[in-house]
Amino acid sequence: MIRLLLWLLGGVLLGGIVHLATVLMLPGMATQDAYSRLTPIAPVNAVTAVPPPAADKAVMPYMDPAFAIAVCRYDLSDGPLKFSVPVSLAYTSVSFYTRFDVAYYAINDRAAGRRVIELELMTADQRGELPGDEEITAADRLIVESPTNTGLIVIKALAPEPGLLSAARNAVAAAQCVPQPG
Amino acid sequence: MRLLLGSLFALAVAATIGLGMTWLVLTRGTAYGGVTIGAWTAWPRTGTLGIDPYSRAMVARSGELPIGSGDGVAFHARADDAGRPFDGRCDVVLAGMTPPARFWTVTLYDLEGRLIANSVGRQGFTSQEIVRRSDGSFEIVVGPRARPGNWLPTGGTDRYVLVLRLYDTPVGVATRSGRDAPMPSVIQKACP
Repeated sequence: MIRLLLWLLGGVLLGGIVHLATVLMLPGMATQDAYSRLTPIAPVNAVTAVPPPAADKAVMPYMDPAFAIAVCRYDLSDGPLKFSVPVSLAYTSVSFYTRFDVAYYAINDRAAGRRVIELELMTADQRGELPGDEEITAADRLIVESPTNTGLIVIKALAPEPGLLSAARNAVAAAQCVPQPG
Repeated sequence: MRLLLGSLFALAVAATIGLGMTWLVLTRGTAYGGVTIGAWTAWPRTGTLGIDPYSRAMVARSGELPIGSGDGVAFHARADDAGRPFDGRCDVVLAGMTPPARFWTVTLYDLEGRLIANSVGRQGFTSQEIVRRSDGSFEIVVGPRARPGNWLPTGGTDRYVLVLRLYDTPVGVATRSGRDAPMPSVIQKACP
């Protein structure tokens, strides 16, 4: 009886380890995560409009239907990326996600403080390779460091009323994400 | 022989408990790190690099992109202030105030995060299109039958979730209570 209880206790402890291991491994193994869902429609290092969500089909769950959305699926292995988007009438934001859908940075039009949100995206290594004198002029450059080589830039523009959705779509379609071979 | 049977038993227990707990946590959702104000709960840390492993696993499984913390914050409600789960045949009244934010939207989804088809093609409201009283307060009725004013149709669904998203807002990781973020009241009534 005691032996059985010991085996049970061992099983429970091992079960805890199995639980933690599966939770930690799941993001790396998921095939239906947002990045995988966007991969077929979004070419690398180019801005693609994401189809608006509808009742019967949506690229991702929980998309906000009041927004026009575009995405740039980036790959920094050949060098940094220059990104820009003109701000729309109401509200524009740019969010950065790693390959595993972790939001590591987001900026909106007011925080950017200009009519155009402009920034450079690079890895920590590429930033380290910037010439020293460029670091000094970097004060008015917005540099975003990506923790991973690949990931997503999501550009969103709000349509405060449904009639303004096409204007919002035009605004996000004007976004550019251009590789800068180093 | 005993050793073999014992270890097989232990392994079976481990697999059941381990996978069962993972499945439960991912399907039921956890309140881990959430901020609950009235009927509304948000997980502001899921929009940062400090996202916890459970939220990461849930995000990977559902396929959504969590809203970045520099962009905004999303509050979810599946039940009213009294804890009654939303029923698509009842009327749910959202009333009162929203926290400071440049814009907000409220959207209705089924429990899988899909929009719900309805005859008027309305899935949500933005803060700009809402009809307000002269003091700035508002009321949104979520229900199956058409209403004057701000009517959000349930489209004859059963259970649903309301998501209130605040954009460009001070509400976030540091928010603890309704004093920082007054959320609208949620009352379900007129159930058949």
